[in-house]
Amino acid sequence: MLSVLVTLWGTFLHLFQRNVTVAYPEEMPYLAPRYRGRIVLTRDPDGEERCVSCYLCAVACPVDCISLQKAEIEGRWYPEFFRINFSRCIFCGFCEEACPTYAIQLTPDFEMSEYDRRNLVYEKEDLLISGTGKYPDYNFYRVSGAAIPGKDKGEAERERKPIDTRSLLP
Amino acid sequence: MSAEGAIVAGSLNIVLGLAVLMAAAALLTWIERRLLGVWQDRPGPNRAGPFGVLQVVADGIKLLFKQDWIPPFADPVVFVLAPAIAMVTVMLAVAVVPATPAIGIIADLNIGLLFFLAMSGLGVYSVVLAGWASNNKFSLLGGMRAAAQMVSYEVFMGLSVVGVVMLAGSFNLLEIVRGQQHMWYVVPQFLGFVVFFIGGIAETHRLPFDLPEGENELGAGFHTEYSGMKFGMFFLGEYIGIIVVSAMTTVLFLGGWYGPVLPPVLWFGIKTGFLVAFFILLRAALPRPRYDQFMSFGWKLMLPLTLLNILATGAVMLAATSI
Repeated sequence: MLSVLVTLWGTFLHLFQRNVTVAYPEEMPYLAPRYRGRIVLTRDPDGEERCVSCYLCAVACPVDCISLQKAEIEGRWYPEFFRINFSRCIFCGFCEEACPTYAIQLTPDFEMSEYDRRNLVYEKEDLLISGTGKYPDYNFYRVSGAAIPGKDKGEAERERKPIDTRSLLP
Repeated sequence: MSAEGAIVAGSLNIVLGLAVLMAAAALLTWIERRLLGVWQDRPGPNRAGPFGVLQVVADGIKLLFKQDWIPPFADPVVFVLAPAIAMVTVMLAVAVVPATPAIGIIADLNIGLLFFLAMSGLGVYSVVLAGWASNNKFSLLGGMRAAAQMVSYEVFMGLSVVGVVMLAGSFNLLEIVRGQQHMWYVVPQFLGFVVFFIGGIAETHRLPFDLPEGENELGAGFHTEYSGMKFGMFFLGEYIGIIVVSAMTTVLFLGGWYGPVLPPVLWFGIKTGFLVAFFILLRAALPRPRYDQFMSFGWKLMLPLTLLNILATGAVMLAATSI
């Protein structure tokens, strides 16, 4: 019997508490910086695409919503096309975790409703942003051993010169 | 007053009373949802019109324009009759409630209290017949529960007001209110007040005593098969029932229209509104008891308490007169 009165009083006290509900379109909710929303493809600090089309995101994706095709120019790998079907995407963030070059990132934006389902298929032009996203200084080709024009083998950051296997000198 | 004047005044009272009652019941559906929202830290319906008041209109239009569907397996005559009984009995019960000495349809009735109890007793038929006519096992279970619940809670709801009748010496609701000019009956009849209010909740089958509906076990109980305005009549009946029970509690225990400064009508409205809000708070706070718990609560706790209350009241009155 007492518990009934305690419950009644406790519920009554909610009269003086703020609403939990946020009146969304008028009042924007705060989204954490690591909120898993719309997926973007980021660029190097130099402005080049980060994606090296390793397919790891497409493999990690549990709903198979990512499809891409590898292409290569002078040692640099890049996706010929990169397509995310957002009508399938479940925003799990596995692609972001799988990505070895920080190219694919999830952003705190969820306002991507469409009247037409076809418009939810985002192409590379739609996904690519001009910035670096969460990792402003990271540049894959500056830290990896791959040779590209203007950076030969052994010229990456914290990388030694390659050993000359034809010489006996130490 | 001439005969015509009396008729005009009487009809005016009836029409105004019904209009106010229907408006209040319709508005109550919105008030309830807003208040529930407040107590659950959410806004509730706040889109249509100022503060969402026009939600009432939207709901009304929706109910009116829905298909008036009678299932082929139902008993059509009784199926239509049941919601009508639900509305009619509660609206007849309103007739005897005196808001003030002047405002009230047949407030000056020497068996006013008995009339109210009779009408709320007849209200059982609506639920039982609805459950029976729907020809659906969940509805039938709901109807049976409603019958058992309302019959058993009717018993001590009737007994709980006996103390008030003893103190006032009348079944006339006007006389009962006049007897509370100096002290509300809630003070000497606190037990009666509590039991009457609990009985009132069971009688209107509101949460936490909505076992005849029991959404999670019976799907909506006796009104599973109802839709459109026939459902709307059950709905309105329930909300008018809340208002009637609150008004009757005000009349019987909280001194009716008596109160300082403000005009009598306002006092009556404030007290009734407070009780209605309490009804909604109960809904927000309490879970529904199991059916056997509910029945044993009624027969093993409420009934002995009521009888004890009558006994004590009688003893005190006897002692007071013999001195």
